[in-house]
Amino acid sequence: MSVTETYAPSADTGGPGQPLLIVRDLQKHFPVSGGLLGRTQAKVQAVDRVSFSVKKGETLGIVGESGCGKSTTAKLLIGLTEKDRGEIIFDGHALGERLSLKDLRRGVQMVFQDSYATLNPRLTILDSVAFGAQVQGLADPKCLARKMMDRVGLDPNRFAHRYPHELSGGQRQRVNIARALAMSPRLVVLDEAVSALDKSVEAQVLNLLGDLRAEFGLTYIFISHDLNVVRFISDRILVMYLGEVVEVAPVDSIWAEQAHPYTRSLFSAMPSMDPDDRTKEPPLVGDPPNPINPPKGCRFHTRCRFAAEACKTKVPKLAGLSGNADHLVACHLHDAASGHPKAGQGVPA
Amino acid sequence: MTKLLEINDLTVRFSGKRTVHAINNVSLSMEQGETLALLGESGSGKSVTLKALLGLLPPKRSSVEGSIHVNGTDVLSLSGKALQRYRGAEVSMVFQEPALALDPVYTVGHQIAESVMRHKGVSKADALSTALDMLDRVRIPSANRRLHSYPHELSGGMRQRVMIALALACRPRLLLADEPTTALDATVQIQILLLLRELQKEFGMGVIFVTHDIGVAVEISERVAVMYAGQIVEEGTTREIIRDGRHPYTQGLLAANLHDVARGARLNAIPGAPPALEVKPDACPFAPRCSHVMPACRAALPPMVTTEGRRRVACLHADAVVAAE
Ligand SMILES: Nc1ncnc2c1ncn2[C@@H]1O[C@H](COP(=O)(O)OP(=O)(O)O)[C@@H](O)[C@H]1O
Ligand SMILES: Nc1ncnc2c1ncn2[C@@H]1O[C@H](COP(=O)(O)OP(=O)(O)O)[C@@H](O)[C@H]1O
Ligand SMILES: [Mg+2]
Ligand SMILES: [Mg+2]
Repeated sequence: MSVTETYAPSADTGGPGQPLLIVRDLQKHFPVSGGLLGRTQAKVQAVDRVSFSVKKGETLGIVGESGCGKSTTAKLLIGLTEKDRGEIIFDGHALGERLSLKDLRRGVQMVFQDSYATLNPRLTILDSVAFGAQVQGLADPKCLARKMMDRVGLDPNRFAHRYPHELSGGQRQRVNIARALAMSPRLVVLDEAVSALDKSVEAQVLNLLGDLRAEFGLTYIFISHDLNVVRFISDRILVMYLGEVVEVAPVDSIWAEQAHPYTRSLFSAMPSMDPDDRTKEPPLVGDPPNPINPPKGCRFHTRCRFAAEACKTKVPKLAGLSGNADHLVACHLHDAASGHPKAGQGVPA
Repeated sequence: MTKLLEINDLTVRFSGKRTVHAINNVSLSMEQGETLALLGESGSGKSVTLKALLGLLPPKRSSVEGSIHVNGTDVLSLSGKALQRYRGAEVSMVFQEPALALDPVYTVGHQIAESVMRHKGVSKADALSTALDMLDRVRIPSANRRLHSYPHELSGGMRQRVMIALALACRPRLLLADEPTTALDATVQIQILLLLRELQKEFGMGVIFVTHDIGVAVEISERVAVMYAGQIVEEGTTREIIRDGRHPYTQGLLAANLHDVARGARLNAIPGAPPALEVKPDACPFAPRCSHVMPACRAALPPMVTTEGRRRVACLHADAVVAAE
């Protein structure tokens, strides 16, 4: 049997029109000790009011600066971190109702940034790849693992009995991908999966991810801080700032118009590739504020050039742009009823 | 005017459990006040080049051949007090990780002043006022108060600024920067790059900026030297490298940057991985991964060909324009 034939994902229940994943109002606050003697309990508001959906076969890119809640969101999706509140609906079945955590974890696999920590140093590559399939009680996990290794470009005859430290970063990421795919997931969450790789190796792994997506009909959530990479691989992009979603849009739409002032700053912070047109001014000053006590109202208002009174008090809601309903933004400038003096006019040039 | 930097045939080999031919016959020169990006992937020898320049290679486990002159000073012959004076006063360095440069137990003001006193022999009061001036120049808000801060009390971007202030306090002629913005977020990275660009203009020092990111090289430097397997494979102005990279490796790196690549298209990725450098390359080290390889590439090291001006390429195809696929 070919590797494609052995691939046995759970059945499609809702048909192509039903989103594979719907996330509603996800929240996670981590208690941290703070203050004198560490007695007062402060809360890191890591993820707040996060809602989005992912269509079948689509790749959703998630971008935002470190600490904005990307990894926490990913971990909440598969129950690696327990949510405070919110709904997770996988192919029409809500987690905790018709869907068990075990089933969710089979349908959704994660690949993390390469580090020695993601692979057990005492397991051979073959055992690592077969491990999940073994735990799930799938048939002949070792055989499956060899096929999957072969598919991701690691010759099983050469690599099966090696250990993680004998591999390069790029090879270890191929192992992590094979390990995830051995479970026949339908959704793969890639959290900075290519970020630690050298550019030439990153290009190889991106090609592989594209091929696997087509071959196995996969859906991806692709988390990265590299906008160029996210643009290359994604259909839609979701932008997070301090634990919240500020904008979600199809790639071409957001590339043409960044509707949130933060998204615009993030895009302008990308280094220029033109020696005759280098960046003249940094789009933002200072570092992002602390998520322990995030600003009230719109969390970006402390750094936003267009902030008005309304932004300090009212939390903006995520809503479609007029005339482009697929392009969602949470900004008072776009909401005619927000009370912002320039409400409804969009972001000034 | 004396050249700011003259590296001739620099060769660095590490011995120990494993032999690594980290730098192989690198030559490089810089004029006063020039900015150069050393561009290459991990393991290509960028950091080792900077360490050699600072005389920081472990003497017992490394052998160094060739010569390095900074403003006419023979760096490899320096030792003891002379080497101490050279580091910090003539040449100084900023790192990716500020913890390598900043001592956690002293305030930032104390550390900068200490370095100024040591190198310039001024009074403590004068050194402190230099420290304050430097914190201002790197745009640290309320610098007066920050003089008394400890490194851990500062944000990541702020610590990078302090490290830059420390490195520049004694007005070195040459600043070495080893991926100082790699760990930073994009919006903070661009602030630091523009700050360095401004300070470079203001102080007129030369800069070698190590990076694996072509975009960063464009923002910071006039010239680029591309490193691969411990060698410089191509050097030119940033414009020349970006618009018309000649070495197939340079072309591959440019394509892998994904800038302007059609979404979802198949990438023209360089196959394979760089060599392990357990033996010294005696042929083109890129040949095993190169789509333009010819038998001659595997037979001997390609000569470094100077095409025009200070533009040079170590590739047998250097004269023919290798069409970027
Ligand atoms: N286990 C945890 N305990 C406390 N704080 C955490 C924990 N995990 C993450 N955080 C905090 O939550 C915020 C979001 O983190 P994370 O989701 O890792 O961000 P990102 O992946 O976007 O860099 C950060 O401020 C981080 O320090
Ligand atoms: N102190 C050392 N001992 C042994 N090998 C070293 C040492 N420092 C660097 N190397 C090796 O030299 C090569 C070049 O390293 P480096 O200059 O750090 O690369 P990079 O271009 O990533 O900065 C690598 O193979 C590295 O493992
Ligand atoms: Mg993360
Ligand atoms: Mg290095």
